[in-house]
Amino acid sequence: MRALLSSRWTTLGLLCLVIAALPLVFPSGYYYRVAALVWISAIAAVGLNIFMGYAGQVSLGHAGFFGIGAYAVAIGPARFGLNSWLCIFLGVFLSAALAWLVGRPILRLRGHYLAIATLGLGFLIALVLANEARWTGGPDGTAVPRLTIAGARLMEPVTWYWISGGLLTLGTALALNLENSAVGRALRALHDSEIAAALAGIDVARHKLRAFVIAAVYASLAGSALALFDGFITPDAAGFLRSIELVAMVVVGGIGSTAGSIVGAGLLVTLPQILAVFVEYEQIALGLIIMVVMIFLRRGIVPSARRLIVRRAP
Amino acid sequence: MAEVLQFCFSGLTVGAVYALVALGFTIIYNASDVVNFAQGEFVMLGGMVTVALAAAGMPLPVAAVAAVGVAAVVGVALHRLAIEPARGASPVGLIIITIGASIFIRGIAQVVFDKQFHKLPAFSGDTPFAVLGATILPQSLWVLGGTAAIVVGLHVFFERTLIGKAVAATAANRLAARLAGINTTSMMTLSFALAGAIGAVAGILVTPITLTSYNVGTLLALKGFAAGMLGGIGNPLGAVLGGLMLGLIEAFGAGYLSSAYKDGIAFVVILVVLFAFPRGLIGKRSAERV
Repeated sequence: MRALLSSRWTTLGLLCLVIAALPLVFPSGYYYRVAALVWISAIAAVGLNIFMGYAGQVSLGHAGFFGIGAYAVAIGPARFGLNSWLCIFLGVFLSAALAWLVGRPILRLRGHYLAIATLGLGFLIALVLANEARWTGGPDGTAVPRLTIAGARLMEPVTWYWISGGLLTLGTALALNLENSAVGRALRALHDSEIAAALAGIDVARHKLRAFVIAAVYASLAGSALALFDGFITPDAAGFLRSIELVAMVVVGGIGSTAGSIVGAGLLVTLPQILAVFVEYEQIALGLIIMVVMIFLRRGIVPSARRLIVRRAP
Repeated sequence: MAEVLQFCFSGLTVGAVYALVALGFTIIYNASDVVNFAQGEFVMLGGMVTVALAAAGMPLPVAAVAAVGVAAVVGVALHRLAIEPARGASPVGLIIITIGASIFIRGIAQVVFDKQFHKLPAFSGDTPFAVLGATILPQSLWVLGGTAAIVVGLHVFFERTLIGKAVAATAANRLAARLAGINTTSMMTLSFALAGAIGAVAGILVTPITLTSYNVGTLLALKGFAAGMLGGIGNPLGAVLGGLMLGLIEAFGAGYLSSAYKDGIAFVVILVVLFAFPRGLIGKRSAERV
């Protein structure tokens, strides 16, 4: 039982099963839309978990990379006439380059100092997106040209359900694979003790930077997907609250657990949709639920559930 | 010259508010190791509760005192109901709890009050004083004076009173404080009440100048956190200096560089400072123990 629950094939198998089975119970197109939003957020959360969960670092500005990916596919095609597909890769390249450049000095910082530095980075990206209205359309946002395959414009929620679901499966498989690789082991070692890891011959700075860049790439891809799916994007996508939401997904689901990041994304994306019925009380309920989960399921939902099952099992 | 002085005045006024938020951060951080992202909500509560009570017919000073009381009670509730039950959670987990709390408090404020901007009348009129060609609002003097009074009051509290020393002892070494017979949990709760009250005072003092609404807390929490980091976390003097510096940097940045990027200049400075001094300007240069 224990072996089955901790196997990476279990996570991946369950994810494929859920993605394949959900449409069977969906009564309307609206559900495809919400599910696609869950998969897209989950991509960013799974990536952030590599940086926060595996390597034990913290980023309160990760939505900045999400914003870069989103605006790459908005600005590139509309202002420069570039191909949308190319712009997805440009966004990834920009995010990775920025993460690499800024990560080198930032990642020397520890704990709360790293938190404020990453927060500042995300804040600055969002501020640039809001202020450079000539390029980005300013605080009101900008339209995003749709993605086309062989002349067909991709805009149906059902289409995006499968695209984002496939992308998430791929991202999850890579993340789980990374966890069990030499790099994954090095990240976990430096999570436990940077000094011990360094003594064991691990290049701590390089591995942290690698995790940061990987997480930035995941976020950028997710951002591009959201922008292309929605057809519209505002600087809020890169804002502080969005960054916090991503961190909350990772932590509420269970920090260090890839399955947890997906569950956390599911919870934090669907909750506001459900609570939207009580518009007035949405924020109260959201805040309350985040607090209650963190107080009673300290390790996060998935690791707590896993412990419960393992303890019950004969 | 007059222009420089003018930027100084406005920078110090805003900086004093950042300093009070950073001070609240520091008090809670020292007592309980929690980085409280709900600190900005105390500032919001101070302003909004005063506005609501004054609108209900209460005299302004009474409404202000009541608002400080409300914020202190919210601080106590935050500690007792959210932080204390989660004892032993990871630092990031605790941060998420305080962020959940800030979303919760903001949600309540949105329902109890409204989504409009509100103003309080200035305490002693709106006629600005002329100083060497620049002008300063009487309310700015209230903000600066109030901040100075709080800083002095806190110093006396921590250095001269028994209960203040007990809080300081809890901050310095929890185990030793408990051995000396101090109820450290109560001292932590007291720190949350204190931080809530200080935040509320900041909110009340600054509302006549900057207005308030249910969602002013988030940005203030970020700036206060940044100010605290600039000075070096856990250092009260650093928090105050960091806050004032941040206010001045913003005022001069907005005046001479770009007002659109005013909020960003502060973070650029923080990134640069942290690159050079990874533990803040007044942080301890401690070696790491293995």
